This record gives sequence, structure tokens and C-alpha cells, in this order.
Amino acid sequence: MKKKIVSILLVAAMAATMALGCGNNGGGSSSAASSAASSSAKKEIKVGIINNDPSESGYRTANDKDLKNTFTEANGYKATFAYGKNNDEQITAAKKMINDGIDYLLLSAADTAGWDSVLKDAQKAGTKVILFDRTIDADESLYEASVVSDMAKEGEMAVNWLKDQKLSAYNIIHIQGQMGTAAQKGRTGALDAQVKADSANWKLVTQQTANWKAEEAEQIVASVIAKGTKFNVIYAENDDMAKGAVQALDKKNIAHGVDKDVIVIGFDCNKWALQELLDKKWNYDGQCNPFQSSYLVDVINKLEKGEKLEKKTIVMDEKGFDAKTITKEDVEKYGI
Amino acid sequence: MEKTKFQVKDLFKNQFMIPLAALLALVLFNLIMDPSFFAITFSPNAQGTMVFGGQLVTIIDYGSELALLAMGMALVTAASGGQDISVGAGIAVSGSLILRVLCGGNSRPESLQAPIFVAVLCGILAAMAIGAFNGMLVAYFKIQPMVATLIMFTAGRSIASWFNNNELPVLTDPAFGYAGNTIPGCPIPSPVLIAILCMIIMALILKFTNLKLYVQAAGINERSARLNGLNPTVIKFATYVILGVFVGIAGFIKVSRLSTINYTSIAKDIEMDAILAVALGGNPLGGGKFSIAASVIGAYVIQFLTQTLYKFDVSSAALPAYKAVVVIILVVASAPAVREWFQSKFKKIKSNDKKEVA
Repeated sequence: MKKKIVSILLVAAMAATMALGCGNNGGGSSSAASSAASSSAKKEIKVGIINNDPSESGYRTANDKDLKNTFTEANGYKATFAYGKNNDEQITAAKKMINDGIDYLLLSAADTAGWDSVLKDAQKAGTKVILFDRTIDADESLYEASVVSDMAKEGEMAVNWLKDQKLSAYNIIHIQGQMGTAAQKGRTGALDAQVKADSANWKLVTQQTANWKAEEAEQIVASVIAKGTKFNVIYAENDDMAKGAVQALDKKNIAHGVDKDVIVIGFDCNKWALQELLDKKWNYDGQCNPFQSSYLVDVINKLEKGEKLEKKTIVMDEKGFDAKTITKEDVEKYGI
Repeated sequence: MEKTKFQVKDLFKNQFMIPLAALLALVLFNLIMDPSFFAITFSPNAQGTMVFGGQLVTIIDYGSELALLAMGMALVTAASGGQDISVGAGIAVSGSLILRVLCGGNSRPESLQAPIFVAVLCGILAAMAIGAFNGMLVAYFKIQPMVATLIMFTAGRSIASWFNNNELPVLTDPAFGYAGNTIPGCPIPSPVLIAILCMIIMALILKFTNLKLYVQAAGINERSARLNGLNPTVIKFATYVILGVFVGIAGFIKVSRLSTINYTSIAKDIEMDAILAVALGGNPLGGGKFSIAASVIGAYVIQFLTQTLYKFDVSSAALPAYKAVVVIILVVASAPAVREWFQSKFKKIKSNDKKEVA
């Protein structure tokens, strides 16, 4: 009996949450509908944007904000947003959007595989698909364009910068991101290639994954310091890990930053990280550009005019910042 | 007289045997491979305070949060026969709330907007509230602990980021970092001090209250506990709230270490390590008898293992595999069934000895 009551309660709770969820959706679409009516004179472009969870990282938060600021009614768009942590959630959202008759589907897929059938549906319905941030394993004919970061180039830029420092010897602590991710592969690849090419001067003191986590990075660097191995470069594949590494240095009073004993390299250009550069405590930070909306608007405008795109894959411009040349404006403009 | 005599089989009956043996094995391995592993240094940090350093210090420093969680997890496991998998998410929530209170809505405040202890109190209360929610589902609605805590496991990190409007607050006041690093003038890392303080309080509670007896009674047989005038529902609920206190403290240490938070990566997978610590401590995961001290040793064994692997530059790709192999050996060795088997083996050897003497 008790079990029955509990299960009924659970079902009731589920029904209630579903009703709530639907209520939210209903509210959203009705307000959108009313505003659509008010500005019906101008032709509105209907876009559906499927993104990853904005709380995933600072990068994603900045990315989501950028998209929301661009695809507004004032700019002539009627945008619906959906977020999913996995493919299933995203595919469900995509199907719904295609049924609602959107003009463009902007997609940052959680996983690379499994998108073919949805994209074929989109093609049949006349919805144009543009990928951003992440590519997928599908035939190129199924989407119009993809706007991506070149992680390998980000790594190369950092390594080239490091080469230009002309140190007499490079003893590097290499802290990797989560193994197998695109960012890890790209940023590791560039450094590995350089170490291989000039193995006389470039040495990896240690190469270890800290899974993007600051604490693990700190433990790795603390371990190297305790061993007494000499090093003069920390190459961390994101800002969090660089921060953890620096903390281990601070605990042993090892000087780091511009013209100090250890060079610190981070990635992603968080605002606080660029501030560290401005304070000359770090040396270099590589950008992973989250501001894709201007590229996306460009693509949409071209497609609206019926122009052909020169290339399907559009690689965004990305910068690397040197502590010696970074300005306060850079921190505000490029910090995420 | 016979009873007080030391017997080999008692060694295997003792819960401390396995985690201590594992610790000893790790210590021996490191001693043989490279004794400098145990070197402890004493040098100034960037702020000019003399602090202890070295591999061992890193281990006990970074094992602090895990040791705290292991204590709470042991209680929850014993009382409810299941584990709380939402502790990592709970850390994100309490840490995020602490930052929210200190920042006052501005993600880059010039000064702290509230006293630190008020913020910490809020963080601990939030973690206790999550514990109460989990405890309510488990104790009153009789939902499987892993299913009940799955709710907060899924929702916790989203709630955490929602507290701060999805922004990543950064505190610049050095005073906030004291709890996660070192207090100026004190050579011992603060997390170690906090962990030791909590352990002492926990030990006193276990010594001077009936908590241990009640928890074990509820875990071993709920009905007989009730027949003896105990209320197993309230006891189970209470253990989740107590775990919440530890989660709150661990959350404070974690955000204090960096003076910022990353909602997805903070304390990621720590629930697995906490459960592992309880298992390594030889506690039956189905509830009943428990030893908090053994769980705490289990937590430090895990940290010791991690640091050893870093020390020997195990390649990134192979790191989880190495860890898994060691963990499997330890968990199997500490399983009650295996311990009993060893016990009976030694009993046989012992009785054979006696026969020969006769």
C-alpha cells in the first residue's frame, strides 16, 4: 500500500514538473508570437540555436551571451534557444525546431556522431544548418557551413611564441586537459611536434593530464618541485590549470612571469587570466574565440542574398596575448 | 588468558588491516624506489611565510577534503546501506553560494561584501539543506539512496551556476584564501588543520554520544532497532544532514584554494573517491558496522596513490588504468567475504600447528 502511494506521488510530481515545463515553453512562445505580430512588416529570420549547457565553462557562458546579444528581435531575428548536455536532448530539441519551421538551425553538437537523420529531416524541411564551435561526423552536403576554432593553430601560436623567447634551454612542465578532447589534442600536438623537432633544447620535464582541474595541476607541479627537477616553462592547456600550477610555485616562492624564472602559459583568455598577464605574473595566454555570432551572421546574410560561400569550414581569427604587450582594453574586450 | 593473546586471525578480523597494509605497501614501494619521496622541506612561500613542503605535505593537504567526505560517507553508508552520490554537486552548490554572498552579485568585487564566516555559514547551511533533502527521500520515502541522491547529482551544478548568474566570480582579497592555503605565520596548510579539527570533533561525538550505536543498530536491522525504541528513520535522516556539514566545509576549502569556482570541474568525481575510501576502510557498503577512522585512512591511501603515480610520471593516458588496477586489488582484499576466507585459512593453519605440537 505504502509503495503504491509513493509511486502515485512520484507520478504526480513528474506530471507537475512536466506541466511546469510546458507552461514555461508556452509563455515563451506566446510572448515571442506577440512581438512577431508587432514587427511583422519586416521580414524576420527564424533561427533555432542548439547549444551546450552555458554553465559548462566560462567559454560556453561567453558564447551563449554573445549569441543572445546578436540574434535579437531588434536585429531582425526570431531566435529560439535550446541547451542539451547530450545528443539525445539536443536531437529532440532540433526535431521540434525543424517542425516549427525555422529557417536556420545553428548547432553546437554535444557529440560528433548520430546527427545524419536529423540533418536529412532538416534538408527536407528546407531548414539550413550551420555548425558552430564543434564539427560533426556527417556528410558535408548536410550542412551549409561550420564556424570553428582551430585548436592545433592555437597550440602552434603558443609554441611559436615560446620559440621566439629564445631561451637557452626549454624544460617544460606540460599539463594536459582531459585526454581525447579536441582542445587537448590540438594544444598537445603542437608542443609534442616542437619537442620532437628540437629534442636537444626542448625537454618535457613531465607531461600529465590534470583533466582541466586546477587542483590536479597544482599537485602535479608540487610533485615536480619536490623531486627537485629543474624547469623553466609551464605549458598548461587551460587557464584553470595554469592557475593551479602557479599556486604550487607560489608555495615554494618560485618567481614566475615576465623576466622571472618560470614562464607561464595558459589558454582560453578568461578575464582574470588576462589580468594576471597585465600584472606580469603570467607570460602568455592563447585565445579560444567564443564570439562566433559575427561569423554566423555573415554566413546567414550571404545565404539570404543567395551568394555562394567560398568555403564550408570557416576558421575564426584567434589571438594570443603576450604579457609584455597586452593592454587594459584587451582584457575588457577579449576576456571571457 | 587465551582471549587476550595476539592471534594472526585477529589481524584479518580487524578492519584497519587492509587500509593500513595498503598504506604500508605504498610507503615501502616509494622507500625502495626513491626515498626522497619522504623529504619534507621548510622554506618561505611567495608571501614570505615559512611553510612545510614536499610530497607528503601535498598528500595530506589535498587529502583533507576527501577525508572529511569519507567521514560523512561512512555514516551514511552504515545507516542507510547506500551512498550519497551528490557530494560533488553539493560542494559546487555550497562553494558557489559562499562566493555569491561574498561578492554580493558583482562577479569582480573590490572588497568582500560580507564577513567570511557568515558566507561560510550560508554555504554549510546550503549543503545541510541538500543533505536534508536527500535524507528525506531516503529515510521517509524509502527511495534507494543512489536514486534519491541522483536528483541532486544531476541538478546540483546547474543550481550552483544559477546562484552566480552563470558567471565565474573571482575574489581578490587574500584573506579568503587562508582556509585553502596557509595563514600567514603558520607553516602547516590550513586544510590539514581544518580536517584535524573536524576529526577531533567527530571522535568526541562518537565517544560521548550513542551516535555510533544508533547508526549501527539502524543499519544492521531496522525492525529490531525500532523494537528497541530507536527511530531508524530519524537516524538515517540525521546521517545525511551530518554528511551535509562535511560537504559544506569541503566546499569552503575548495573555493578558498583558488578564490574562484568552475562549476563543472570543481570536486568532479569526488563522490566516487569518497565511496572508494569507505570501501577501502573495510566498511560493508550494505550498511551496518562501520569505522570512521578506517575510512579516513582509506581517503589518504587514495591520495597517496595519486601522488605516487604523479611522482613516477605515469603517462596521462595510462593513469586511470594504473589507478584502477590498484583499486581493484585493494577493494577485493578489503571485502568482508575475502577477509573471512583469510581468517578461516589462518584458523586451519593454527589448528594444524596445535596438532603437530600435540
